[in-house]
Amino acid sequence: MTVDTQEKKIIEDPGIDQGAAKLTPEKIAQVINTTLGTENLARLYAYTKTCVHCGLCSDACHYFLSHDRDPKYSPVGKIKNTLWPMIKNKGKVSVEFMKEAARIAHTECNLCRRCVQYCPFGIDTAFMISTVRRIVHKLALTPQYIQDTAHSHAATMNQMWVKEDEWIDALMWQEDEARDEFPDFRIPLDKEGSDVYYSVIGPEPKFRTQLIYQAAAIFHEAGVDFTMPSGTGWDNSDMCMFTGDFEMMGRLKRDHYESAMKLKVNKIVMGECGHAYRSVYDMGNRWLGWREMPVPIIHSIQYFYELLMAGKIKVASTIDKLATFHDPCNTVRGMGLHEMGRAVAKAFVPNMVEMYPNREHNYCCAAGGGVINCGPPHKMTRVHGNKIKAEQLKATGAELIVAPCHNCHGGLEDIVHHYKLDMEIKFLGDIIYEHMVKTKAVEE
Amino acid sequence: MSMHTLYNLVTGPLAWAAFAIFIGGMLAKFIYLTYLAKKKDPTVFAYLSTKHVIRSWFMWSVPFVAKNWRLRPLFTVVTFAFHISLLAAPIFLMAHVMMWSEGVLGISFWTLPDQVADWMTVIVIVCCVYFAVRRMIVPEAKYVTDIKDFLMLILVALPFITGFLAYHQIGDYKVMIILHIVSGEVWLAMIPFTWLGHMILGPMVRGYMGSEFGAVRHVKDW
Repeated sequence: MTVDTQEKKIIEDPGIDQGAAKLTPEKIAQVINTTLGTENLARLYAYTKTCVHCGLCSDACHYFLSHDRDPKYSPVGKIKNTLWPMIKNKGKVSVEFMKEAARIAHTECNLCRRCVQYCPFGIDTAFMISTVRRIVHKLALTPQYIQDTAHSHAATMNQMWVKEDEWIDALMWQEDEARDEFPDFRIPLDKEGSDVYYSVIGPEPKFRTQLIYQAAAIFHEAGVDFTMPSGTGWDNSDMCMFTGDFEMMGRLKRDHYESAMKLKVNKIVMGECGHAYRSVYDMGNRWLGWREMPVPIIHSIQYFYELLMAGKIKVASTIDKLATFHDPCNTVRGMGLHEMGRAVAKAFVPNMVEMYPNREHNYCCAAGGGVINCGPPHKMTRVHGNKIKAEQLKATGAELIVAPCHNCHGGLEDIVHHYKLDMEIKFLGDIIYEHMVKTKAVEE
Repeated sequence: MSMHTLYNLVTGPLAWAAFAIFIGGMLAKFIYLTYLAKKKDPTVFAYLSTKHVIRSWFMWSVPFVAKNWRLRPLFTVVTFAFHISLLAAPIFLMAHVMMWSEGVLGISFWTLPDQVADWMTVIVIVCCVYFAVRRMIVPEAKYVTDIKDFLMLILVALPFITGFLAYHQIGDYKVMIILHIVSGEVWLAMIPFTWLGHMILGPMVRGYMGSEFGAVRHVKDW
């Protein structure tokens, strides 16, 4: 514990530190009071007034469990050190306090909502931490790395500063590559009236281009009538949701949906990303005042499941390694896709073993909720904060982790590496692409 | 002031005031939160689903269904025994029901055998001690506990302690019964102004979260 405290002190973040240098107590009080006084009042009131300070949420939190049950890492402990003093002192808190609150809210909570399932009242701690981040955002105290991605969203409508020509080029490059394998292969751009609009996250064209190849290859093999947009809207990711820049979150989601609507598609299928699903299905649409989605949105887990069940993709070979399935927070606690994910994984990797806890009770990867996006300065916070995940993975004895979420991959890779677990991590797309029947491919 | 006048005061105007504050306060809390949600948080109503509200209430009201109840058997037994006794003993105690039937309401309803009510009283007191000790020794509870949380437990325990002593005629009965009534009235009146208000807010939050998990996210919330 002492090591921890020291470690915390040396974590410097230019976003937090330089932002704090410009703050005054008056500005802090004004921002806190206008935010707490005008936004999401009912939930905030209900959550703060209902809490009986019992600490029953603690066992839900991977940070708490990984730090030998240190109560300052418990969900309610984090609220005690962020939101409570803001409310109690009517916004009169110090600059130092706000720096600490920014650090806690951005790097010690993944907004995974596991604690919501542990609170007997269902108090949404993630919502309260989001509110803290919203205040942090308005005070310009957001950690530098994630703020950079939010700036990118604002300037380019995607997370990774990808320019339009680079985006189109990335797709055409993958189309070109794939034609060696599938002679008739296309990634159709802006094809009006397609059945499926496929959207991805910024990092895919930037440095995980093979994921676009794989998904398109699966669609091609399954005979899916799909398209991808040439203009903005293709990036379904949303760091603004995590920084509390909800205005920008709304713009991003509107752009995403409108781009699909312009192409008159039947549905949007999105890649294997957890947080983006939360943004398009839960947060962004609400900000825009849309109860239902203007275009149905389906996560890859579900779409792959449907293709498999309909016999449109078939299993050619299986992986004989012992594997385990990691449920991403945003696809289980966000949509209950755990059984579908397992069914797809099991079809290709029959030798599956469960990690415990699993399904909607799975431990978070500690990368999600924008924590990994806070960048290298905070890497060890999440790696040390998820020792419990390493133990949980190790206990399975598996060699392969199937994890259908980008953030989970990032987080699990760091954990596997740091705790020397010797496990491989794959997306569903990885294993389907590699092991499906390829009737349309050139014969080797 | 004679003991008799004092008795009349605490069972008369003070009792009326306590019940008025309790019922009025709880109603006000319900109405305020509903109004606030309608005005400032309309997505709460957009996703409210009766089926999932009830499902969530039910799943969390049965011991050992929710995962967190199963993780901590002792706490679960204590909290259920506590809450059931806390509600049942005062409402169904023969002596209380008689006051209703002979007094304002003029109606009589089912009562608990005195012995059962007596045990329930003991349960409430013992559970309060358990909660207090837990707040002192369990780190995650201790970390978020302050003096008010202990006062809350004393507030809840006092009517039961005095009731127990009065029933068993330990100490001066007349003094004890007045202390019992007054502490009960203070308890009732304080509910809307403290976290004891989870009595009304708890089911509201639970119902909302049950809807979010059930109707929107299609996943269990227990």
